[in-house]
Amino acid sequence: MNLTLHVWRQSGPKAPGKLEQYEAKNVSPDQSFLEMLDEVNEHLIKEGKDPIAFDHDCREGICGMCSQVINGVPHGGQERTTVCQLHMRRFNDGDTIYIEPWRALAFPIQKDLIVDRNALEKIMQAGGYTSCHTGGVADGNAILVPKQDADYAMDAAECIGCGACVAACPNGSAMLYTSAKVAQLAALPQGQAEAAERVCAMTEAMQEAGFGNCSNHYECMAACPKGINVKFIAKLNREYQKALFK
Amino acid sequence: MRILSSSVGRKILMSITGQLLIIFILIHLIGNSTIFFGPNGINAYAEHLHSLPPLVWAFRLFMLAAIAVHIAYGVTLTLENKAANPGAYAVKRNLKASFASENMIWTGLLVLCFIGYHLLQFTIHGTPDVVVGLDSANRPDVFRMVVTSFGNALISLAYMFAMLMLFLHLSHGIPSFLQTMGWNNEKTIPAFGTGGKVISAILMLAYISIPAVILAGLLKL
Repeated sequence: MNLTLHVWRQSGPKAPGKLEQYEAKNVSPDQSFLEMLDEVNEHLIKEGKDPIAFDHDCREGICGMCSQVINGVPHGGQERTTVCQLHMRRFNDGDTIYIEPWRALAFPIQKDLIVDRNALEKIMQAGGYTSCHTGGVADGNAILVPKQDADYAMDAAECIGCGACVAACPNGSAMLYTSAKVAQLAALPQGQAEAAERVCAMTEAMQEAGFGNCSNHYECMAACPKGINVKFIAKLNREYQKALFK
Repeated sequence: MRILSSSVGRKILMSITGQLLIIFILIHLIGNSTIFFGPNGINAYAEHLHSLPPLVWAFRLFMLAAIAVHIAYGVTLTLENKAANPGAYAVKRNLKASFASENMIWTGLLVLCFIGYHLLQFTIHGTPDVVVGLDSANRPDVFRMVVTSFGNALISLAYMFAMLMLFLHLSHGIPSFLQTMGWNNEKTIPAFGTGGKVISAILMLAYISIPAVILAGLLKL
């Protein structure tokens, strides 16, 4: 099939950017979206032009590197699918596709479709861990975790940190990302000791990094390639209230 | 204090003040509905309500404080949110966000304008349509005032429009305050979404019923 692409091109963080039009010809429906872009890039290189820069790594839908807003939806709008797992059979011959980078104040564009997502790391560094003494490996069953709690924590831990929630949020908020880690660790006995400090530190780091405030649009949950539920945001809100009285 | 400056803390204050305003909306509706019992209903209610001025003023100041906090944080949080999202997508398709959720600031400010007008009209008696007088039992004749003013179709339509704004505001506000308080889980999230719309619609229709009944000539002097 043949497609018309409108891709955001921006040579550097401070450079002005604009959408440029490209024709993708003879695209196979079995190609992934990134493979389609690879082929467009090969043609651009052959023509002596700058290829489209985009983030990618595992191409298996688990690393969280790919980050493209396709036709107005982060990761393209196929349920629980990252861009790398989105396939061209989802599109039709003659389609026009708009490809843009994540857009949020906290995610400055580096080049074309690549944004700097270090702000997410700042949130994680503020409290997305449990402190423990190093030394010999602890017995895996030394602290028993009820199955329900483990399942809940695992659901939250599914977050791959891609930032689609921020890109989708009308407020550029990272509440879903932050809440996934807060909820995961608060559900486990190991995370209890630092729960109050964690929720305060992580939400403050979120604010300092330039992310907006959650106003419960739930756009994040709809765009999340891992289906992280906004129930974790409710959990974060509960954890925050508990922390106020500590 | 952290709650006054943090992202989640200010949202909790928005949520609590919002809940107070919803309680007021419910009480006010129950009070308004005494109009269906005729002059003896609403005039007796109004006189009873104003029989303790210190209590009336304490309640008014309390509501004013709640509204002030709700608006102050509503505006600052919205400005921060606008700044955090440069909004430069050439194409943006929302999957979940609604007209109501995206326009909370505007529906809220329109409701605020209405509250100003409503107080000017029926509390301060500062609009030309208001008829002030006493009824046969020597009570302020609220029934005559309301029926006369709402007899004007333009005034009734403005009131109905304001109630539509209130509906939009509450249809997102109700599920939103529950989420912000953390009173939510996977099962209740969709239920509260629907419940919020239903309750807001009932409130809107109940408020609108008063000017509608007056316009239809079912309640007359």
